[in-house]
Amino acid sequence: MSVSQTQFHTALLDPASAVPQGLCDAGAQPAGRRFDVYRNNVAVSLTEAMHQAFPVIAKLLGTQNMDGLAGIYLRQHPPTSPLMMFYGETFPEFLAGMQQLSHLGYLPDVARLELALRHAYHAADSTPIDPQVLAIDPEALMAARLEFAPAMRLLRSPWPIHAIWRFNTEDDAPKPAPEAQDVLITRPEYDPIPQLLPPGGADWIIALQGSATIGAAYEAAAEQTPDFDLGATLALLLQGGAIISLTEQGQDNEPTRLDP
Amino acid sequence: MLDTSRTNNQLPALPGVGYKPQHFAEILEAPGPVGWLEIHAENYMGDGGRPLAQLRHLSERFPISVHGVGLSIGGEGALDADHLARLKHLVGWLNPASFSEHLAWSTHDSHFLNDLLPLPYTDATLTRVCDHIDQVQDVVGRRMLLENPSSYLAFAESSWSEPDFLREIARRTGCGLLLDVNNVFVSATNLDFLPQGYIDAYPLEHVGEIHLGGHDEDTDDHGHPLLIDSHGREVVDPVWALLDYVLDRSGPKPILIEWDTDVPDWSVLRAEAARAQRALERIPA
Amino acid sequence: MSNTAKTLAIAGAVAAALAGTTTTASAQAKEKCYGVSLAGKNDCAAGPGTTCAGTSTVDYQGNAWTLVDAGTCESMELPAQADGSARKGSLEALERDLPA
Repeated sequence: MSVSQTQFHTALLDPASAVPQGLCDAGAQPAGRRFDVYRNNVAVSLTEAMHQAFPVIAKLLGTQNMDGLAGIYLRQHPPTSPLMMFYGETFPEFLAGMQQLSHLGYLPDVARLELALRHAYHAADSTPIDPQVLAIDPEALMAARLEFAPAMRLLRSPWPIHAIWRFNTEDDAPKPAPEAQDVLITRPEYDPIPQLLPPGGADWIIALQGSATIGAAYEAAAEQTPDFDLGATLALLLQGGAIISLTEQGQDNEPTRLDP
Repeated sequence: MLDTSRTNNQLPALPGVGYKPQHFAEILEAPGPVGWLEIHAENYMGDGGRPLAQLRHLSERFPISVHGVGLSIGGEGALDADHLARLKHLVGWLNPASFSEHLAWSTHDSHFLNDLLPLPYTDATLTRVCDHIDQVQDVVGRRMLLENPSSYLAFAESSWSEPDFLREIARRTGCGLLLDVNNVFVSATNLDFLPQGYIDAYPLEHVGEIHLGGHDEDTDDHGHPLLIDSHGREVVDPVWALLDYVLDRSGPKPILIEWDTDVPDWSVLRAEAARAQRALERIPA
Repeated sequence: MSNTAKTLAIAGAVAAALAGTTTTASAQAKEKCYGVSLAGKNDCAAGPGTTCAGTSTVDYQGNAWTLVDAGTCESMELPAQADGSARKGSLEALERDLPA
């Protein structure tokens, strides 16, 4: 009797289903709980992977809830790639769809923040500009465009996700107050750092990502946020090594890019 | 660009350890008898950041063994072309001393199950595994080593013994073998055969690397011992004895200490490597 | 906003940002070690790695789960919106170059 990998696979992920016939011990007795070793290997390793992937979600919900959620998630959404470092791509949507968690509306965005931190950690390296490159004639600067590091990430949430992240990762961080927050993740050297963007900062960065000039992006941000603090936003980007090229108007050449 | 003039096309017959990032600084400062390092290929397939920076740095100091855990060579479906391309890229820039994978499957219907799942040893499996190994060696552009699994159960349909199966794969594909001595001990206990008999039947001439690791003890439904290849503790004495039995017949080989769960302090891992070093030193000339 | 005012605002912001980054940049240069990550956060952002080991831990989970009181969300008290309006809209993840 042959056991197909389809049968094996189905029985692995469903603890209630019977062990496929044709699997046995050395004396040809049915495999029984020997098969459970594989079930445990899959479920326990993926549950542990979810804890490592989403430590803040695990802390927010507690170990027992995280174990239970992971048990459901890993069966509905097994990994689709052997790159375990990116496991859990669909976890934010999964959390959003859980009835029992609907009163914790911030969970999906916190999970997105944790995913973005992992992507930033593994993103391609890049060389930041020398900040003095910005010390050019203001008119020329207004007409210039910026390129950002591959490791930079931007998240906008109607929830205080940065405060929630800090509350669960730093000692003595203040309790989060209800507010919308934009988070900038930069990776100076090798450690991603999530930072709270001042109002308007995200609009400015998004405009620049859409190839707007520094001046046009400033106008777009200031329109939404009259007291937009460009200096603070720029300082976060520079400190995080997130700006990798400045192209002045009339420079046709493509900004230099590091190939991953 | 790495210096390819170094003789890094094979691992030295010294102890090696599975690399864990928490040991980075200590490995460089106090490697002890550790002469090479092994990494899991999949953990170094990101685009950049600390993992690749550390690996680049370590590869200037140590021969590196790239050990894949996600290729699913025994899978009924086709090999994942994207994954194969990532492997080719990694092996291409790193130019490791060795590249190895498992006699197992882990991907089915595009689901990666994160475990090394067992295969029936039949003619059909043999053909499929050999085709996949041919493809891997062709794409990656180098000979690979194939590792024997830890078995917790058997397939009624199997018509080959594991040593014969591995010997035939090596003969057909030209691949080398990675002999996991702990896996032999675990499988022998679980499936009632003599580990020394397995070694006697096994083609030691193809071995390019040896693995050692710790295991846990459990029992099956009938109270029969069931060992689990957990890589979470010291290698037990009977496995060290089995290693001596192997080395007496194979001569010196690169020996890896695998410790993947409850990873200990560097000093503990280094002590295991030192024990492997003593096993190598006691081989009669 | 007039062009002149805008130019002045940007020039001022750049000057302020540059003044604030000098010391930070040199401090970062000193910590250019692959092995040293931010204090106490060693590789927590790396996420899960692969395994080729088995486990003797038993997975008791089936497909059922009930929320139990636990975790820090209990102490956070983040109700709907401070202004009483329902929160809506999802976060826009502006992630570029995501690996597949």
